[in-house]
Amino acid sequence: MSSVQIRDVRKSFGNFEVLHGVTIPIEDGAFVVLVGPSGCGKSTLLRMLAGLENITSGTISIGERVVNNVQPKERDIAMVFQNYALYPHMTVADNMGFSLKLRGAGADEIKKGVARAAEILALTPLLDRYPRQLSGGQRQRVAMGRAIVRDPQVFLFDEPLSNLDAKLRVAMRTEIKELHQRLKTTTVYVTHDQIEAMTMADKIVVMHDGVVEQIGTPLDLYDRPENQFVAGFIGSPAMNFLKGKVKANGSAAFEGPNGVRLPLKSVPANSDGRPAVYGIRPEHFTIADDGTEAEIIVVEPTGSETQVFAKLGGEQVVAVFRERHQFNPGEKIRLKPDPSLVHLFDEATGKRLNG
Amino acid sequence: MADIALAPRSAKTQIREATTWDQLKHNRNWLGFWFMLPAMAFLIFFLAYPLGLGIWLSFTDTRIGRIGQFIGTENYEWLWDDSIFWLSVFNTLLYTFIASAFKFAIGLYLALLLNENMPFKAMLRAMVLIPFIVPTVLSALAFWWIFDSQFSIISWSLKHLGLITQNINFLGDTTWARICVIFANIWRGVPFVAITLLAGLQTVQPSLYEAATLDGATRWQMFRHITYPLLTPIIAVVMTFSVLFTFTDFQLIWAMTRGGPVNATHLMATLSYQRAIIAGQLGEGAAISSAMIPFLLAAIMVSWFGLQRRKWQQGENND
Repeated sequence: MSSVQIRDVRKSFGNFEVLHGVTIPIEDGAFVVLVGPSGCGKSTLLRMLAGLENITSGTISIGERVVNNVQPKERDIAMVFQNYALYPHMTVADNMGFSLKLRGAGADEIKKGVARAAEILALTPLLDRYPRQLSGGQRQRVAMGRAIVRDPQVFLFDEPLSNLDAKLRVAMRTEIKELHQRLKTTTVYVTHDQIEAMTMADKIVVMHDGVVEQIGTPLDLYDRPENQFVAGFIGSPAMNFLKGKVKANGSAAFEGPNGVRLPLKSVPANSDGRPAVYGIRPEHFTIADDGTEAEIIVVEPTGSETQVFAKLGGEQVVAVFRERHQFNPGEKIRLKPDPSLVHLFDEATGKRLNG
Repeated sequence: MADIALAPRSAKTQIREATTWDQLKHNRNWLGFWFMLPAMAFLIFFLAYPLGLGIWLSFTDTRIGRIGQFIGTENYEWLWDDSIFWLSVFNTLLYTFIASAFKFAIGLYLALLLNENMPFKAMLRAMVLIPFIVPTVLSALAFWWIFDSQFSIISWSLKHLGLITQNINFLGDTTWARICVIFANIWRGVPFVAITLLAGLQTVQPSLYEAATLDGATRWQMFRHITYPLLTPIIAVVMTFSVLFTFTDFQLIWAMTRGGPVNATHLMATLSYQRAIIAGQLGEGAAISSAMIPFLLAAIMVSWFGLQRRKWQQGENND
């Protein structure tokens, strides 16, 4: 186990820079998730960590050692690929033992290492099968087994669950998290799925267009997104954004689209009349008599909660209620955002304005 | 949401009973049979029938211009005691074995080379195919000149370099003649092997090499443990074809040596032609041709059972 330090790392393909100076500290034993939309550079960063891509500038260190010019096999890392990259002509046992075999380990040692990993992942009955004879979830576990056998300093996961169906994905999510709790190996996990990031990470790194938008614990990011991108990316259904102006005269308020007044707890200094974006999560709406009028468009019950899409000041918003209200499309309701849970962002820069 | 006027449902047309002809028209097997027929007819008339006729001919004493009589295995018994026939069998095996081994080695090497990223990749790949595109007889004639006893460019160059004093009698010396025809065959056969193996190489997932890199494999280990095993099915197919083509080779030999000197380069195919067409002994020639069949079947069997049926290639449900 080791810490990993990524310092001001840049990556260019020809003249095209895809990573613009990324700094991420990763503590020993942490489970860090790199999340962002496709094309944000998260996979490239992971591949640089693995040694599959060169580092244009900046440094990556694993433990105390700067690994910029260290061969992949000497970095003491193991990677799980999106398509698993299992060797089709080798049995499960041979797949898992391949790295030990290349290292020149004896037959006994290989057998022991494979048996231990197979035990951890409940793969023992499948050791003689070929990858073709396995289900998606089993292949996924073999890919993890191959990583575990090496007992590396760092595990790297590159979107490992995206080839699985929805139900299996949830199950494997728990399995990977539990595995990490047991092995306590530093893990860097790349995904585009914010739910995976939220549920699995100790620390989430949100990336966008080759820069780090925010680093923090899942609930930090959820409760206090530092900018509009993070606010919109984390959470499902996504946060509602309403454009308008901050009003400081009289009681603090926000003038939303078409003049609707929305409550604010306090006004950030020197921002009277400032154009801003009002952010409110769907679950932070309540139905109240002093709320803002909205017209229901669609009602989507999921059983545990109900999502309501409505027009508020001409803009579509979504609200989520755990209570079972009787809503009908076309009906008018009064939605009230909880003022203490409102996020204000600068309209031009997207930076967070309120504390 | 806008209200869209839904068109009233139109009355359905009456459905009439399906006749036998209607059923036949929509029967996929019946249709499939008709699609298959041209290919089947082609195979039967131009492959199966001549093959059967050839085998029948080998049991008769037919000559050109005279209908033969059935004579049982007399042709084969005659061949059994014919040392030239056995020499041609030996030559064919030698020719096939050496040429195929070289074609495999060089073809695989070229395929690996062409699979790398390099400038002018497309052009180089196209260039490799040139020997394959040139008509065999043309390249054989070119080789005939290259190996000519008086005008050979090789002899000429070596003489000017001062390495030899006399022309090498390439096609007149038994050992040299064999080397020359095998060389020409290799030159002609390599592109087929190289391009086919290159196609095979491109089906290997790049992520397997990345995984192997992380597993600590050197380039040689990657070839040994990943590339080669994944390539075996295609190697089996391409080498089977290569062996079959080499074993039955006729054009190159006939254009370069006509089987000489002293039958040193006579293959079964050229001997068969010489006996059947030139000497007119159709029955005996057919027997020599038919004698190739067991060898060819053996080559196919080896490839089929030995190389092609790998457990990891089979379906999911057979553990």
